[in-house]
Amino acid sequence: MYKVKVFVTLRESVLDPQGVAVKNSLHRMSYEEVEEVRIGKFLELTIDSTDSLDERVKEMCEKLLVNTVIEDYRYEVEEVVVQ
Amino acid sequence: MYHAIKDELGEEVDYVWHDTESLDQYDGILLPGGFSYGDYLRSGAIARFSNVMDAVKKAASQGKPVLGVCNGFQILLEAGLLPGAMRRNENLKFICKTVNLKVANNETMFTNAYGKDEVIAIPVAHGEGNYYCDEHTLQKLIENNQILFQYAGDNPNGSLQDIAGITNETGNVLGMMPHPERAVSDLLGSADGLKLFQSIVKQWREQNVVTS
Repeated sequence: MYKVKVFVTLRESVLDPQGVAVKNSLHRMSYEEVEEVRIGKFLELTIDSTDSLDERVKEMCEKLLVNTVIEDYRYEVEEVVVQ
Repeated sequence: MYHAIKDELGEEVDYVWHDTESLDQYDGILLPGGFSYGDYLRSGAIARFSNVMDAVKKAASQGKPVLGVCNGFQILLEAGLLPGAMRRNENLKFICKTVNLKVANNETMFTNAYGKDEVIAIPVAHGEGNYYCDEHTLQKLIENNQILFQYAGDNPNGSLQDIAGITNETGNVLGMMPHPERAVSDLLGSADGLKLFQSIVKQWREQNVVTS
């Protein structure tokens, strides 16, 4: 059994209006040291052991989980011991 | 959308279920607005894998008119039938109002009934209408005259180049965020959208009806 953690972020070149709004809020709360905020997504998949896990996770990401026109992604795989 | 075609345009129209395998008997396909799959993950990201989308892709490759409005546009983008992607509106608000659009290209199957650069009033209602594509794609859109509608005056969502609607390279697939089907009679506040549907019918008749 594996837990796959996928981190999805907006591409560097894409403007993030939500991030800007949050940064402004932090500034108003007097955390003026914050220079930039970018907001992404975190997905956690629990996957049954399978061959070619990496290949299949990449496919899942690029077909559905991530819009590669405006998003980047990375993932971590953690083995879960089934009790 | 159904009412606009049946009652205002006066043409035959069917509702088609998302599981349907074939669209062969239809001359044109309309993907309406809405909130497919609750906009989960990304607007249109899940609906693009619906069974019927294979038939939509086939219709598009056959040169049939395919119109995607609002969520329909988002689905066409996610399905790769149109280039680019949608982002959240720049001011983060769901915008619901009538806007002015400029008809940037009136020589297409969707806009032949409009005048060049005609300004029309069409309602918008969306939270993710901020169109984006990379520099290379934008240049291609401009060179091929694929930008059909642009926001005139006030861009409600921050979309690149004020883009409100674009077509594919062959000009038979149109995606637009504003709702032309909600502007088909004066009772609705504007009838400016009716000409879009009339354009499609006009073009179809010119290509398919034999006149003696």
